[in-house]
Amino acid sequence: MIELENVAYSYGGGELLSDISVKLAPGSFHFLTGPSGAGKTTLLKLCYGALLPTAGTVRLLGADVRTLQRDDIAMLRRRIGVVHQDVQFLDHLPVAENIALPLTVSGRGGAAQGDDLEELMAWVGLTGRAQGLPPELSGGERQRAALARAVIMSPDVVLADEPTGNVDWEMSQRLLRLLIELNRMGKTVLIATHDLSLIRAAKAQVQARVLRIANRRIQLAGADL
Amino acid sequence: MKLNLNALQSLTHSDRQADRVVPPSGFTARLTLFAAAAMAFLAVFALALSMATGRLASQWSAELARTATIRIVAPLDQRATQTEAALAVLQTTAGVQSARALSDEEQSALLAPWFGPEVSLDGLPVPRLIEIVETADGIDAAGLRLRLAAEVPGAVLDDHSRWRAPLVKAASRLRLLGWVATVLIVATVAAMVTLAAQAALAANAQVIAVLRLVGATDRYIAQAFIRRFTLRALAGSALGVVLGVIAVVLMPSGGSEMSGFLTGLRFQGLGWIVPFLIPPLTALVAFAATGAAARRTLENLS
Repeated sequence: MIELENVAYSYGGGELLSDISVKLAPGSFHFLTGPSGAGKTTLLKLCYGALLPTAGTVRLLGADVRTLQRDDIAMLRRRIGVVHQDVQFLDHLPVAENIALPLTVSGRGGAAQGDDLEELMAWVGLTGRAQGLPPELSGGERQRAALARAVIMSPDVVLADEPTGNVDWEMSQRLLRLLIELNRMGKTVLIATHDLSLIRAAKAQVQARVLRIANRRIQLAGADL
Repeated sequence: MKLNLNALQSLTHSDRQADRVVPPSGFTARLTLFAAAAMAFLAVFALALSMATGRLASQWSAELARTATIRIVAPLDQRATQTEAALAVLQTTAGVQSARALSDEEQSALLAPWFGPEVSLDGLPVPRLIEIVETADGIDAAGLRLRLAAEVPGAVLDDHSRWRAPLVKAASRLRLLGWVATVLIVATVAAMVTLAAQAALAANAQVIAVLRLVGATDRYIAQAFIRRFTLRALAGSALGVVLGVIAVVLMPSGGSEMSGFLTGLRFQGLGWIVPFLIPPLTALVAFAATGAAARRTLENLS
């Protein structure tokens, strides 16, 4: 699905990531962890084409990102669902339309989305907030809305950057369960988090591998975590 | 061009869903509308001016080029004889279609504005005027002057070129200015729409980022803005043109030949179509300007 080969990335000054080789197999469940500022978000951005590596090769769904045109990246994003730490919505549109936005922009909106959308809203527990505006949502509701928006196109991969960053423990458990469910449906999942208890909770339910960024490099963390 | 046509077509086919992804902006929308309307209003007058002066220039050069005047300045007792002689010369001159001496009544009518209608010209040594209408080929003014000097000492030929040339030149220059003004107005519309679009794109950076993230193509994003500004510019300039044309229609027209220039500002014949070409042109300019602005902004985003 996603392959990084000897990838390095540097922001102006020094290298943030170097010599990173990771392969996310279809249907796998990965955590990405490491201290703040270690480059978790940067690595995720490399995984959905928002950044290009300064060295090495990134292959997304079989295509080298360097060869992709802007429109190819847009098509790629329809197959890779992304949940940001600080999710953004179109604040003037109701929640339901925001969740259906990927369908709208890919020209698949309209009547067809009706049932699926309702089912999805129920799945993330937002049925009651469908007509509310995004700024009215709580932190947890925003994260769940973002997750719903990320998966409405039935993507092959779901990338989540600190999806539980702004929510309480109970809500983070709920989000985790949703992500695990997605993984059981065959989606490749990658979650960046510094919350080790979340990782422990997940390990009880799913076979998850943990990637740790340390000293600009990536290591496969032991099972003893 | 083909791509452009496709893009234009997608503007007309209404995609309200796509339109909704960009939040409505009441105040700036009205400003764009107003500016487009004002520019279109001005464009109507610039066009009216250049077309009217263009008409005048060609009219003057055509009419005046085919007429000339001979003044017979002679003592009263010789005036009639010299007039006869001059007419005789004209009859054998190539390029003269017709020539006739003005009557006393016509001459006093010409002088009435200065002397008043009551003054009798009988006792005054007023020169006799001969009006010459030339053929399309025109006369050889220098040759005619030589012949007249030999045969009619009191005759002075005036082929109007002395005052015709600067007038025609002025009218042509005025027409050029009118066109320059029109071009400047179009350029201003482009600049104004670019600024407005740029501001809208900057104000909606979050919207654009969200759309990019969920897989919208640049074309989809750009179209929401392009559509909006094109329609605004179209509506605004249609309004401005209608008001401008009404203003032109309401201008007093006709009157005597003395007021010919100022009242000739109206469009004539097919010229009435020209102002109505302004709105589509404005829309096209807005379309191109927003498209360029959107492309520039989007290319800088990941």
